[in-house]
Amino acid sequence: MEDKIVVKNLSKVFGKNPDKALKALKEGKSKEDILRDQKQMVGVYDVSFSVKKSEIFVLMGLSGSGKSTLQRLINRLHEPSSGEIIVEGTDITKLDSKDLRNFRRKHFCGMVFQNFAVLPHRTVLENVEFGLELQGVDKDKRREKSREIIKIVGLEGNENSMPSELSGGMLQRVGLARGLTVDADIMLMDEAFSALDPLIRTQMQNELLELQDRMQKTIIFVTHDLDEAFKLGNRIAIMYDGRIVQIGTAEEIISRPANDYVKAFVEDMNRSTVLTAGTVMHPPQETAFTRDGPRTIARKIRKNALTGILVITTKRELRGYVRAKELAEYIKKNEDKEDISFDKSLLHKPAQVYEDTPLNEVINLYSGDHKFGPIAVTDKDNKLKGVIVRGALIAALSESYRPDFPENAENTEPAESPETPEGSENTNTK
Amino acid sequence: MFPYRIPLRDWITAAVEYLETEFAFFFDGFSALIFFLVNNFKDGMLFLHPLVLIIIITAITWYMAGWKNSIIAFLGLLLSENIGLWEPFVETLALVLTAELLVVILGLPLGIWAARSDRVNEVLRPILDFMQTMPAFVYLIPAVMFFGLGLVPGVVATFVFALPPLIRLTNLGIRQVPHELVEAADAFGATSMQKLLKVQMPVAKATILAGLNQSIMLGLSMVVIAAMIGAGGLGADVLRGIQRLQVGQGFEAGLVVVILAIILDRITAGFGSRKKANSA
Ligand SMILES: Nc1ncnc2c1ncn2[C@@H]1O[C@H](COP(=O)(O)OP(=O)(O)OP(=O)(O)O)[C@@H](O)[C@H]1O
Ligand SMILES: [Mg+2]
Repeated sequence: MEDKIVVKNLSKVFGKNPDKALKALKEGKSKEDILRDQKQMVGVYDVSFSVKKSEIFVLMGLSGSGKSTLQRLINRLHEPSSGEIIVEGTDITKLDSKDLRNFRRKHFCGMVFQNFAVLPHRTVLENVEFGLELQGVDKDKRREKSREIIKIVGLEGNENSMPSELSGGMLQRVGLARGLTVDADIMLMDEAFSALDPLIRTQMQNELLELQDRMQKTIIFVTHDLDEAFKLGNRIAIMYDGRIVQIGTAEEIISRPANDYVKAFVEDMNRSTVLTAGTVMHPPQETAFTRDGPRTIARKIRKNALTGILVITTKRELRGYVRAKELAEYIKKNEDKEDISFDKSLLHKPAQVYEDTPLNEVINLYSGDHKFGPIAVTDKDNKLKGVIVRGALIAALSESYRPDFPENAENTEPAESPETPEGSENTNTK
Repeated sequence: MFPYRIPLRDWITAAVEYLETEFAFFFDGFSALIFFLVNNFKDGMLFLHPLVLIIIITAITWYMAGWKNSIIAFLGLLLSENIGLWEPFVETLALVLTAELLVVILGLPLGIWAARSDRVNEVLRPILDFMQTMPAFVYLIPAVMFFGLGLVPGVVATFVFALPPLIRLTNLGIRQVPHELVEAADAFGATSMQKLLKVQMPVAKATILAGLNQSIMLGLSMVVIAAMIGAGGLGADVLRGIQRLQVGQGFEAGLVVVILAIILDRITAGFGSRKKANSA
C-alpha cells in the first residue's frame, strides 16, 4: 500500500540552540547529558518511519519518551529542529504559514489532544462543530454532522452542557468527537482514550476500529498502553528516550523484541505465556470432509464467506487446509467434467497447535510463514478441536482475558459442528 | 542656591506651542470629536424623561446584576433626581461614557497587540507602569496644556488615566489563555483572526471585562477630579461645596457620585459572570 506519511531523520530539541544539541547527540551524547550540559531538552531524535494509507500506526512508549512530541511534529504544532515530513509528496516542513494552514485544514484537522483542549466557553455541540466552523461550513450542515458524531461517542443529551459540567471522560469524548467531525484523512490521536473508564474505553476502541473499517483514514495513535497498542495498531512503533526502537506488527514485537527495553515492555503482557491456544480458539465455523467433492467444499466456503477451509476426516482427524482461491481455479479448469474428484495437491498443511500451546508460541506462528488462514487447534491424536483466527488472538491479548473467568470456560470446549457424525464421540475414546 | 535657573517652563511652553501649531488639525479634530460625543450622550439622555431613563438604567442593572442591585440603583437614581442633581448626574455619565468609548477603541487593540507581540509588550509595559504610579491629579496638567479648560481636557485626562487597566488586563487575559487551546485552534487550521475571535477573546473575556470595570471606576474618579479644570458634572458640585464650605451640598453631590459608582460597578462586574449565572 502507498505511503501516506514519510518521516525522515526527524529531530526536535526544546531549547535555544537545537543545532548544538543535535551535534552532541551525533557524537553519542545521551538525552540526560544534553539536559545537564546544555539545559536543552531532546524531545525526538533522528526518527524515520512511514505510515501507510488507511493504517492505524501506534506510537507507544513510557511517559516522556517523546510520543506526543513526535505526533505534534507531524502537523508542525512543534517546529522540527531538523528532518523532513512528507505527506502525500509534500514536504510540510517547507510550507509557509498560509500553506501550512490550508494543509492542516485539508489533511490534519482531526486531532485529538491528550489534555482534551476543550474550549471552556463553548457548549459540547459548539466544541464539536469547531473544526467545521473554522472551515466556514454552514451552520445547519455542521450541526447535523456534529450531532451524528456526538451520538457515536455517547454524549447524546449533553449537547448543550458547558465543559465545566462534564467529567474528565466526557471531556475526552468531546475532544474525540471534535476530531472525528472534520473529515480529515489523517487523524492524530494522543492518548485519546486514556481518561475513559475501562468499559467505555473498550467500547470506544471498538467504535474506532469499526469507523476505521468504513472510513479508511490514516491514523497515528499515541498510547502508553500496550494492550491498546496491540488491539488498535496495524503497526506499532515503540519509543524510548526520543527514538524509535522498534517498528512492527503486534506479532513481530511480541515474538522478536528488538532489545531488552521492548522485551521488558512485552513481558508485561505475560498473558501471552499464561494463556493457551485452547482458551482463545473458537469452534470451526465450517469444516470440509475428505469425502466431500470439490464442488461441495466450494459451496461450504462460499456459504460462510471463508478464505479457506480445514479438511478433516469423519473422525475429525485433521487432513489439511484448502484455499478458496486455488479451489475455485481448480474447479474452473475442470469445468467440463461431470464428476471431478478432489486433488490431493489442493491440500496444504495448516498451522497447527495443541490446546495447551502457550499463546506466545501461537503468536510466533503468525510472524512466520503462516500468515494466511486460521491456526488449527488439535489434540495429541490430531483431532480438530477448534481454530484460532488472528482477530481473536489479538483481542485475547488485548482485553483482560482471564482464563479462570467462568464465562470464558466454554471457549475451551468447541461446540460440535453439525456435520460431525454422531459416532465421532465413540471413535475419540477408542 | 544656584545663580542659574533652568528655563524648564520656557522649554515646555515652546514645545507645547510648537505641537499645537504643527498638529492643530489633530487637536482641533479630537476636541470636536469629544464635544460631539459628550453632547450627544448628554442630550440623548436628557431628552428622555428622567423617570424613563431611571427605568432603563434599572432594567440594565437588573439584567446584568440581578434584582437586588437593581433596587439599589432604582432608589439611588430616584434620590438623585429628587435632590435636583439629575442634570449633573447625566453630564458626568456622558463624560464617563465618552472617555470609556475612547478607552475601548484604543485600549482593546493595544492590549491585543501587546498580547501577540513580546516586543510591543516590552515597550508598553514600562509606559503603563509609569502611568499607574502617577497621581490622578497630574494627568490634568498635560490635558490643560494641550486643550485648555473645559470638558475636552477633562475627557482627555480621564481617557488617559483610565486607559492602562484595560490594556493591561486585555494583554494578561489573552496571554493567560491556555496554550493547548490555541494549539487546538492551530491544529484545526484557524486563521490568526479566527484564533483571536473564537478562542482567545472569548476565553479571556472575564479578565478583559475586569479590566473594563477597573477602567470605568478609575474613569469616574477622574471625571470628578476633572471638575477642577472645568469639566462640569457632579464634580463641579462637589468642588463648589468644598470651596464655599457648603457641607450639605457637597455631601449631596458626593453621594450621587457614589450612587453612580455603585451602578457602573455592578453593571460592569456583571459582564463576566452573567453567562454562568444564566446557564446554572
Ligand atoms: N514544550 C516543551 N518544552 C520543553 N520540553 C518539552 C516540551 N514538550 C515536551 N518536552 C519534553 O520532551 C520529552 C518528550 O515529551 P512528550 O510529551 O513527547 O512525552 P510523551 O511520550 O508524550 O509522554 P506522556 O506519555 O507523559 O504524554 C519530555 O522529556 C518532555 O519533558
Ligand atoms: Mg504525551
